[in-house]
Amino acid sequence: MESINIKSPQNIVYAKPRLMNDTNMHYCPGCGHSVVHKLVAEILDEMGVEEKTIGICPVGCAVFAYRYVDIDWIEAAHGRAPACASALKRLWPDHLIFTYQGDGDLACIGTAETIQTLNRGDSITIIFINNAIYGMTGGQMAPTTLMGMKTSTCPYGRQADLHGFPLKISDIAATLEGTCYVTRQAVNTVGNIRRARKAIRQAFENSMQGRGSSLVEIVSTCSAGWKMTPDQSNQWLADNMLPYYPLGDLKNTVDNK
Amino acid sequence: MQTDNETLLLKGNEAIAHAAIRYGFDGFFGYPITPQSEILETLSLLRPWETTGMVVLQSESEVASINMIYAGGSSGKCVLTSSSSIGISLMQEVIPYMAICEIPGLIVSVQRGGPGLGTIQPSQSDYYQAVYGGGNGDYHVLVLAPSSVQESCDMVGLAKELMMKWRTPVMILSDGSIGQMMEKCVLPPYTPRRTDEEIRRECPWATNGLGLKGRKPNVSTSLELDQNLMEQRNHALQAKYMRIKQEEVRAEHYMTEDAELVIVAFGSAARVAMGTVDEMREHGHRIGLLRPITLWPFPDQDILTLASRVKQMVVVELNEGQMLRDVEWAARFRCPISFIGHCGGVTITPDEITHKVGALLSQG
Amino acid sequence: MQEEIIISGFGGQGVLSMGKILAYGGIMEGKEVTWMPSYGPEQRGGTANVTVILSDKRITSPVLNAYDTAIVLNQPSLDRFMPLLKPGGTLIYDPASILTPPTRTDINTYSIPAMSEAANMQNAKVFNMLLLGGLIHVRPIVTVENVVQGLHKTLPERHHHLIPMNEQAIRHGMEIITQEHKAEVK
Repeated sequence: MESINIKSPQNIVYAKPRLMNDTNMHYCPGCGHSVVHKLVAEILDEMGVEEKTIGICPVGCAVFAYRYVDIDWIEAAHGRAPACASALKRLWPDHLIFTYQGDGDLACIGTAETIQTLNRGDSITIIFINNAIYGMTGGQMAPTTLMGMKTSTCPYGRQADLHGFPLKISDIAATLEGTCYVTRQAVNTVGNIRRARKAIRQAFENSMQGRGSSLVEIVSTCSAGWKMTPDQSNQWLADNMLPYYPLGDLKNTVDNK
Repeated sequence: MQTDNETLLLKGNEAIAHAAIRYGFDGFFGYPITPQSEILETLSLLRPWETTGMVVLQSESEVASINMIYAGGSSGKCVLTSSSSIGISLMQEVIPYMAICEIPGLIVSVQRGGPGLGTIQPSQSDYYQAVYGGGNGDYHVLVLAPSSVQESCDMVGLAKELMMKWRTPVMILSDGSIGQMMEKCVLPPYTPRRTDEEIRRECPWATNGLGLKGRKPNVSTSLELDQNLMEQRNHALQAKYMRIKQEEVRAEHYMTEDAELVIVAFGSAARVAMGTVDEMREHGHRIGLLRPITLWPFPDQDILTLASRVKQMVVVELNEGQMLRDVEWAARFRCPISFIGHCGGVTITPDEITHKVGALLSQG
Repeated sequence: MQEEIIISGFGGQGVLSMGKILAYGGIMEGKEVTWMPSYGPEQRGGTANVTVILSDKRITSPVLNAYDTAIVLNQPSLDRFMPLLKPGGTLIYDPASILTPPTRTDINTYSIPAMSEAANMQNAKVFNMLLLGGLIHVRPIVTVENVVQGLHKTLPERHHHLIPMNEQAIRHGMEIITQEHKAEVK
């Protein structure tokens, strides 16, 4: 069979972002992280800010984000990324400073740093992946685990008297004077990916313009932790996560018309 | 802005604040705790962000403070934090990250009595915490121990030099009495903060994005999944520590030349012991003082040389004998070593040392 | 020259700031100085004392067991520090707050009615400056001019208009101090 090479610049309609390298990702099939990584890389390239960007990785599945996106990164201790971000923004006021954190990192061990940083109004962006579980350590209960949801540390399902309630940290963040933009997005459908992309871009613009803190929550899946196929995970997210964590802007003080 | 020296009457804590601005630090991040709050208070009063551009931020906790200097140092900025005993305990989380990622940063520890909340009075009971650390892994912090207000000021400059030279966290181990007492202090002239271009040139390892298009990305991470790789990184770190041990030991010898008995003491205890030396010399006793200025690296060789020559040594500390272990190890049993100390925030007077040393002399 | 001074009284009497102004005066004279408060940093009220050392050479211990001069502003301070004065040393007290007068004969004793004088002047704030004046009159370790310079350094700028009044109080203190006893040298 004759093959035709169609790879020529005029034919390219979609490509891997320039700031993403060829390292094989460690993420499980169906995981939301890889999609969000790609969005971040694309937006940074688009904004042309790579020489004034510092990313801060969490402890959790995104701990190795620095392997995939070619910018300068700092790997923070568990939960402390926002404190790092506050310091960096004050020391480098013209830089784009963002953290990339999971639910355990941001809404549990790092709650103090998250709330205090957002409330200081430091113009940084927090990208918050909420998959309602501790993925990296093997599927334990997270602060955002839904009621009745099973994990290895609530194997009979989360119940209030034993485990308390799932934390809507973005709703708290929206009440803080220091935040200018708090939004909840998802990457389970193409439409949602587009909206999430727009939200991250908005947050990064806010950070560069010095408008205050931005928090972009992305409701995501963890097919390995949820013990489902990627497809089932997306469906489960739509059926169970989104009713408790509804999508849309929780706060937007920026006139972006 | 003044470009010359200025002589002021300052507390040790205040001197550190003034010095940080004058030595061109880029940022201070700290949380209030007695007896060191004057550092943050003085910086807030002096408003350096309006003059040198230095950032001052009251953090939400000591945990946040140490992460702030970890990130700031990683980006090539010259940053410091300060706290006291229990606050330094909280910082232990991230000091090892700084050590293995080779991040410069200054931690000022103004000790109070412990354990636990303890007292707010001066103590030296965090020698182990500073020298042996409470963090995880095979790491060290370079520890400087001031014994006067002037030295507190000067050590900020020295710490800056050492932390940038060796890319390592440096600790100034002060205490409540050095921090709270006032002395004449000659402040240094202002050193300008480095420009972005200077940072880019001097810190090519820094994670600040500068010049990214012409280089590989910089990453500060302590995480390795491959244990062999982690061992290699550890070995590199230990090799650096060996060089620091060879090059950076500092100690003051006070009348040790002809001494038969040498007191070993650091920080505020050394100041008091110096009074004893003066007093006993007036009565014809040949005693001297060895004051370690760097607690890590420790002046092992100075101790060994003296231990081989003197009749006895006396270690004086405001704790239950923490540096004593290092002195004993360094002295290799070449002479008898006694200990005089108080703990929990109780301080010591020259009279008490004189009395006890006098008794040892008459026994010897 | 090394002068070792203890100033002791109740918190709020201006003990620590008097020591500070004296220490600044010392710096103006080109001396080494040390100001060491004894109270806990968080303590408010209660007794307060401060050790001030002025010296021509490096000061070793900032903590002392014996003093050249003591200014005592209440009975507990007198009871505690009179025994710690070196023979030939100087004790200054305000009779208004002392019930049992000093008894040692090998020291120089001075009294200064600073409290009643401050009341006469209807200005409680000059109390410690009267004492400071008394001190530098009987122990001329620093000049009035240098103490005034010290005031300039110690007081925030918004209080600088009060300096002439303080200087006046220092000079007045120099006049109202009286010797009660001359040290008997053995």
